[in-house]
Amino acid sequence: MSGNSDYIHLTERQLNFKKFLRHKVAVFSSFVLFILYLMVIFADFFAPYGMLTNHKYYLYAPPQISKIRFVDNEKNFSWRPFIYRQVAKRDPKTLRFIYIDDTKKKDFIYFFVEGEKYKMFGLFESNVHLFGVKEGKLFLFGTDIIGRDLLSRIIFGGRVSLSIGLVGVLILVILGTIIGTVSGYFGGWYDNIIQRIIEIVRTIPQVALWMALASIIPKEWPSSYVYLGIVIIFGLISWAGLARELRGKVLAIRRADFIYAAEISGASAARIIRTHIIPNVFSHIIVIATLSIPIMIIGEAALSFLGLGIKPPMTSWGLLLTKLKEVQTLKHYPWLITPAGFIVVSVLCFNFIGDALRDLNDPHSK
Amino acid sequence: MGLLSYVAQRILLSIPVIIVISIICFGLIQLPPGDYADAYAALASSTGGGNVSNEYIQQIRERYGLDQPFWIQYWKWVKGFPEGDFGIAMSLQGTPVADILKERLPMTLFINFWALVFALCIALPIGLYSATHKYSLLDYLLTFIAFIGIAIPGFILAVIIIAISIFWLDSTYIGKLYSNEYIGKPWNFDKTIDFLKHLPAPIIAIGIAQTSNTMRIMRGNMLDVLRQPFIQTARAKGLSENAVNWRHGARIAINPIISRIGVYLPEIIATEMLVSIVLNLNTIGPLFYDSLIAQDMYLAGTILLVISVILVLGNLLADILLAISDPRIKYELM
Repeated sequence: MSGNSDYIHLTERQLNFKKFLRHKVAVFSSFVLFILYLMVIFADFFAPYGMLTNHKYYLYAPPQISKIRFVDNEKNFSWRPFIYRQVAKRDPKTLRFIYIDDTKKKDFIYFFVEGEKYKMFGLFESNVHLFGVKEGKLFLFGTDIIGRDLLSRIIFGGRVSLSIGLVGVLILVILGTIIGTVSGYFGGWYDNIIQRIIEIVRTIPQVALWMALASIIPKEWPSSYVYLGIVIIFGLISWAGLARELRGKVLAIRRADFIYAAEISGASAARIIRTHIIPNVFSHIIVIATLSIPIMIIGEAALSFLGLGIKPPMTSWGLLLTKLKEVQTLKHYPWLITPAGFIVVSVLCFNFIGDALRDLNDPHSK
Repeated sequence: MGLLSYVAQRILLSIPVIIVISIICFGLIQLPPGDYADAYAALASSTGGGNVSNEYIQQIRERYGLDQPFWIQYWKWVKGFPEGDFGIAMSLQGTPVADILKERLPMTLFINFWALVFALCIALPIGLYSATHKYSLLDYLLTFIAFIGIAIPGFILAVIIIAISIFWLDSTYIGKLYSNEYIGKPWNFDKTIDFLKHLPAPIIAIGIAQTSNTMRIMRGNMLDVLRQPFIQTARAKGLSENAVNWRHGARIAINPIISRIGVYLPEIIATEMLVSIVLNLNTIGPLFYDSLIAQDMYLAGTILLVISVILVLGNLLADILLAISDPRIKYELM
């Protein structure tokens, strides 16, 4: 730490925040995640098309993100980016759709374009989208088998993928904190039993248990119930790691003088846990929670990919990848792997932030 | 306490763990509503197995004690396990589960083992290199690759590996563990060669995440060790840099990795399940998946139990390994 005298006036939280800012990668990751969450929360606005809108003349249309241009074939420059309109033709031999650029028609890309109507959160009606074309179609990441815009589906699917981690972790934190602190604080037979349970829960492979429980969710349930079911399964099974770690920390804190002082002053156990123990282990909870989110994101992706998770009409990044189970898909329609990129990026970001937080928390650990 | 009695105690302690796990697995079997025998009949007629005779269904009821209370059902389920009777697989036309496991379990263990070996063999040297060449260009590059490796899920990697090997490398040794013509054939030289050619894809897809992880940990451990006074002493003695790094540094830095094998195992087994579903290997993963899809919970529960027992044994082995490799460890039961 530099000898800057300003530090004296900073609270611990401000100090930690300053230290966090020094982890450049983590700060950048937070920024990326912020954008991602903003995008999925206001998905209707950010997505150029609706989640289920199918463009029937654009089945498996290739991505146009690399075809955005500023200079046309006649070397005319325009500040406004445009794309040549994509036209579908049938291959005379294979009868598959092939797409060619019609160089006569330039579709300019505008911000705040009026397009499909939507009702944000079921409240505000609007038809303004962040970007789009006024005529023709714009599929930055291509389309799927029935001509739905992949980018729009990724943005809407992110709602499930990115929220399942957060909600699941919330359940994990509540359960893990209660079980772990109580076990560490009271000790005795209760602690013994909890420790054995944790040991056993950690022995059963998590993903297999997730799969088994997810497969029990009734098939006739609507998507939103399935989503809820999966979140609960994730939360209910993953608390063991947090509980185990917290128990260790609480055991150490429990012997500190200030806990004795509180006990002698007649504070109740609940009060001691609430006002003295939890604040002291809070940073650990945050670290473990942050590092658990990516595990759940990958878990959801795996379950949905295998057809055990989220089901249509809802979608998620894992569900968008389902088609890749057939080998030919990746050869003919390589853009369908884009959702995997979103999974990797968000997992990376959470990992970076988690590592940085752990560094702040305990500079000696590795 | 000596090593032997430590091992004996650990084995004794794992027995109640296995019993509780078996109860949990059985609870899972009981979760879906409906009667197993009815489900069996429905499945048999829907998959074209024809109508199953009432007597046969009655036999299944008898075998699993379906009209009896939970504990008796549980007992009927587990009592055969020690003798190798794992029940029958309803979704596989009533094949004994033991026969399927006999074929798939060794394969599963084999793949998991080599994925672990692969991960360690690649990660340890690279981690050590990264630590001794800290903040060099290659160190940054390796760190970057490692982070990507941790973030990319195994099943997606498997999909990508399949596509690359089939369409760009023109490899036919992908998916399954041996080519079609060897199915059901006894092992001979040709089959073994064919099998070995199929191995890299699953092992890379399974091992890469743990490789990346181990690499990071090894680098961290080694950096910590290199800061210790005894390293300074070694240097002061005039030992060569190689001797300092390898004989004094690496030997200590490797211990935490061995103790982490217990942590790796569940992750490797989980990744193996997902990857082998994608690659359609004849290991336990796809069997588990198919049984879940077919709602054959008896089979699924049995497999879950088998995997968990493997994990318990794996942890046991990891602990014993650690006790042997690090004499400072006291044989204390935690």
